[in-house]
Amino acid sequence: MATTTSSSPTAPEPSVATASGWQPSERQLERIKYRRSRTRRSVLIALASSIVVIGIVVVVVGNSSGWPRTRASFFDLSAGWHDLPALLRALWINIQIMLISEVFILVFGALIATMRTLQGAVFFPLRFFAALYTDIFRGMPLLIVLYLVGFGLPSLRLSWAPSSPFTLCIIALVLTYTAYVAEVFRAGIQSVHPSQRASARALGLTYAQSMRHVVFPQAVRRVFPALLNDFVSLQKDTSLVSVLGVIEITLTAYNQQSQDFKFVPLVFAGLVFVALTIPTTRLTDWIAQRQGWISPGAAMV
Amino acid sequence: MTSLTKAAPVLRIEGLRKAFGASVVLNDLNLTAAEHTCTALIGASGSGKSTLLRCIDLLEVVDDGVVELDGADITDPRVDANEVRSRIGLVFQSYNLFPHLRVLDNVTLALRRVHRIGREQAEADGLAMLERVGLRDRAGARPDELSGGQQQRVAIARALVAKPRLMLFDEVTSALDPELVGEVLGLIRELRDDGMTMLLATHEMGFARDVADRVCFLDAGRVLEEGPPEQVLGDPVEPRTRQFLGRIIEAGRL
Repeated sequence: MATTTSSSPTAPEPSVATASGWQPSERQLERIKYRRSRTRRSVLIALASSIVVIGIVVVVVGNSSGWPRTRASFFDLSAGWHDLPALLRALWINIQIMLISEVFILVFGALIATMRTLQGAVFFPLRFFAALYTDIFRGMPLLIVLYLVGFGLPSLRLSWAPSSPFTLCIIALVLTYTAYVAEVFRAGIQSVHPSQRASARALGLTYAQSMRHVVFPQAVRRVFPALLNDFVSLQKDTSLVSVLGVIEITLTAYNQQSQDFKFVPLVFAGLVFVALTIPTTRLTDWIAQRQGWISPGAAMV
Repeated sequence: MTSLTKAAPVLRIEGLRKAFGASVVLNDLNLTAAEHTCTALIGASGSGKSTLLRCIDLLEVVDDGVVELDGADITDPRVDANEVRSRIGLVFQSYNLFPHLRVLDNVTLALRRVHRIGREQAEADGLAMLERVGLRDRAGARPDELSGGQQQRVAIARALVAKPRLMLFDEVTSALDPELVGEVLGLIRELRDDGMTMLLATHEMGFARDVADRVCFLDAGRVLEEGPPEQVLGDPVEPRTRQFLGRIIEAGRL
């Protein structure tokens, strides 16, 4: 893909000397010098303004009357390190919930999205169901879904229904996130030009085959960043399952907090989530770019 | 059965009508294409050329009339449309290659999924077809790495590889640079010489005169005038045809 940049009109700086023996003119050298000076100027401005802002925050927070107590409660690192192993052990539960949920979310999301794009009167019930489902679960707060599933399903006393909080919270997460992911998939499906479907059908592919081999692969590539966004959001929302009593990282941190009245474990739990999402984002971005699913981004004009 | 298919023209259209809302695009259109012949469809934009080709490939549901392929009515709703489409090759003005698939996979998709041919055989057939359109060395490339002319040749290879009974070309050079038109037209000419039955919607009057056995002038959704190219293009009977060709000559395209 990115084989040559010299021919690109938006390439920032042509190399100074090329194989063809081209030497930049006086005018071009002057331009390069000017651009460099502008770059230096912007870097200096950014640096200075950052220092000023950080300085103000430090001074304001440090001089506040409650700072010593807040520091002891939230930023007592020694207490934090002490709790970290327990937090990381509990994190494994979050990761399990997240990975199991994501598999179901992707499958059901793709299914609901496909249902919504079906055409013809025969499929009206399917389309209607898919639309209704999305409307309800995209609108309902996850916390409420967790309560309803977590307490409502067991209260039915169905012998075959799952009763462990672990399973129940996965059901709630899948219900909510499927609605979001279905809409992302639907946007992707609708963004594929109709001519693609027409040429697939012209080859004799059935509707299902043209979806499977032509439309869907293109749709997924296009919405990949949006899917990743929802995945990161799901990672964070696994902390909400603590309300059903699943001993995951947030609840572990909270229990620790209620023992010694320090919020350091919660701060650490929060940082663990950040530490988890950043590599996920970078890794998937890298994979997507390597596969050529998302363009490296053209130069901004 | 075989004697019947021998006798029947590859394509026979009678009384075809297609409207989109209030605009009637095809109106009582009749057309016949015998085996091994090339029929050029000419006419102004909006005269119904593209819609006609889409109706033949069952990408549009016709409002009335009959389209027969090898003597069998394909507009009957009981007919398996996918099976019919697999016997017809359609090439679009805008190539419509699948951008997420390599060139070779574009060509072999229908072989593998529609005709259920194994990967090895399909790729051998696909490579042979790419060889024929002169692009075997680009088999592993992505469509957006090819020039417009190369993309259109891949699109032709993709339509040809399953050995269709009938090829439909929908203004396949209209999106190309004048420099690249030649390579695509050359390929179509070769197909014609090999005896492929084809329908060719085109604005290239010189090419139509050159390769077509018959020229049909479409106007207001019907075939207004048809005949050998020398007659229709050189000495048209209908005033509308003359008017149309006059404009083409004015624009320097004949």
